Amino acid sequence: MSTDSYPEISFETRMSSVEFRVHERAHITVDSKICADCSTRGCITACPANLFVSTADGGILFNYELCFECGTCYMVCNEEGAISWSYPEGGHGVVFHSS
Amino acid sequence: MTDFDVIVVGAGPAGAAAALEAARAGRSVCLLERGPYPGSKNMYGGVVYGRVLDSLIPNWWEEAPIQRWVTRRSTMLMTGDQAVTVDYRCSSWGEAPYNGATAFRPEFDAWLASKAEAAGAVLICSTTATGLLRDGTRVVGVRTDRPDGDLTAQVVICCDGVNSFLAKEAGLYPPSDPANYTLGVKETILLPREVIDERFAVRGDHGVDIEILGCTGEVPGGGFLYTNAESLAVGLVLSLPKLAACGRRPEEILAELKAHSAIAPLIEGGQVKEYSAHVIPEAGYKMMPELIGDGILVAGDAAAMCLAAGIWLEGVNFAIGSGAAAGQAAARAVQRRDTSSAGLQDYRRRLDSNFVMSDHRKLREAPHLVMSDLAQQQLPRIACGVMEQLFTVTNPDPKPGLRKIIRGQMKLNNLKLRDAISQGMKALRTFG
Ligand SMILES: Cc1cc2nc3c(=O)[nH]c(=O)nc-3n(C[C@H](O)[C@H](O)[C@H](O)COP(=O)(O)OP(=O)(O)OC[C@H]3O[C@@H](n4cnc5c(N)ncnc54)[C@H](O)[C@@H]3O)c2cc1C
Ligand code: SF4
Ligand code: SF4
Repeated sequence: MSTDSYPEISFETRMSSVEFRVHERAHITVDSKICADCSTRGCITACPANLFVSTADGGILFNYELCFECGTCYMVCNEEGAISWSYPEGGHGVVFHSS
Repeated sequence: MTDFDVIVVGAGPAGAAAALEAARAGRSVCLLERGPYPGSKNMYGGVVYGRVLDSLIPNWWEEAPIQRWVTRRSTMLMTGDQAVTVDYRCSSWGEAPYNGATAFRPEFDAWLASKAEAAGAVLICSTTATGLLRDGTRVVGVRTDRPDGDLTAQVVICCDGVNSFLAKEAGLYPPSDPANYTLGVKETILLPREVIDERFAVRGDHGVDIEILGCTGEVPGGGFLYTNAESLAVGLVLSLPKLAACGRRPEEILAELKAHSAIAPLIEGGQVKEYSAHVIPEAGYKMMPELIGDGILVAGDAAAMCLAAGIWLEGVNFAIGSGAAAGQAAARAVQRRDTSSAGLQDYRRRLDSNFVMSDHRKLREAPHLVMSDLAQQQLPRIACGVMEQLFTVTNPDPKPGLRKIIRGQMKLNNLKLRDAISQGMKALRTFG
């Protein structure tokens, strides 16, 4: 079977299937200055929500809003102190229905 | 006086079972959940093995929100364009007391938590426990993100899942090693019930569970495909450090699985209803933290009690088993007025005497074996290669003998007989 008959969905469509009750406080922050020294950049590959983006100056652009709160990023992170990680305020963040 | 006898943090299966048992024993119990409802933060592959509920909720199968009863279980070994499947069917799995059932966690967890509430536990949702309250080394409650949100208790049971910041804060965990964890990603794909029945050759409320090895490329892991009533669950489990280093994103590897000739016809035409992701404590017994401290117990994924070893993906049952034991032990310790670490040792005894610890101890080498190169790379290729040679008719050349085919495939995949035997023996010792 060729993949044309089963087209892969875009990442935006994929993420738009998930409900996020976004809180105004960022529950995860990334210190882009520390990332500038990082050679592995595992977060970019591994974050299932694809929230880590390389910037032109070698840092990281991060937005917490569409986050699964899974913990992958702090576990694979290479540099002490680059990621400050906490859960969102109660009642906020990702909400699953059919998983 | 404390606010409650027992505070349970996390209303997943471990927390709900802990709260249920402690409340039943007559203790005042608070069940805290950070999501807006129990299960709202939780995803998994898709099968709950319910026998652990027999002693907790009689005839649970008459009311549990399940999707389909698994009566067909397949293990698939694949390469890029080949697949060998071992397919087992069992109609008795479709009758009480059943074996496994597909279910949505937001429904299943909410149902189990409602049982704890009915037994008298106070369920508080939309509230995150942000830390422990301590008196010296003793845990005496939790902080929450509510205004004036401190809550005191004689025992805190941490059922806060794989990241368990509370168990870490209590000093019960050594520094965590990412190699002990995998990332799970999954798509829930909508398809009409009749289409699922036809494609998977099942009827009524019967369903299928497929576990897949060889579908994760260079990243150790595995895949799964489960049937719900009117949707499928297709997903992957991927070693964290290897995924981080491989340069390919999880949804790309998942797209490859979905496009595989053995999978694509099964999911064709379906609409993605929900994408989800969650981390799994993969290393089981070898990564378990201290389970007991002064005024504190740890259960379920928070204690790494998940059996994730390729053909097995079980965690809900271990969470319920360990949670129930923690709830019972906490209630007993409160009653005896000794909730110190010594007074809570009953938890360990209960775990040692049931399936939770015996399964984990027995299968302690399994995660390592299943994540080895042999199981991940060589085994699927050799199995597929042998099948291909065995069934390709090469007339006018005569058929090669089976022994020659297997030797040839082992050689082709750089597997030495000596290594195959030693790994085989290790597998026998582990699984035997
Ligand atoms: C991809 C994948 C596939 C899987 N497949 C299967 C399968 O098919 N069958 C199976 O049996 N198991 C499976 N598992 C494992 C199973 O999901 C877990 O073992 C099980 O969910 C553990 O239950 P738990 O109650 O310990 O933790 P969880 O289910 O993680 O529950 C923890 C709860 O605590 C809450 N919480 C966390 N921190 C706080 C806090 N600070 N304050 C308040 N609340 C908090 C969370 O919101 C959550 O509700 C799978 C897991 C994954 C990721
Ligand atoms: S792995 Fe850590 S330090 Fe490296 S880029 Fe990602 S967040 Fe920054
Ligand atoms: S917690 Fe998971 S989803 Fe959220 S940013 Fe980290 S890796 Fe991405």
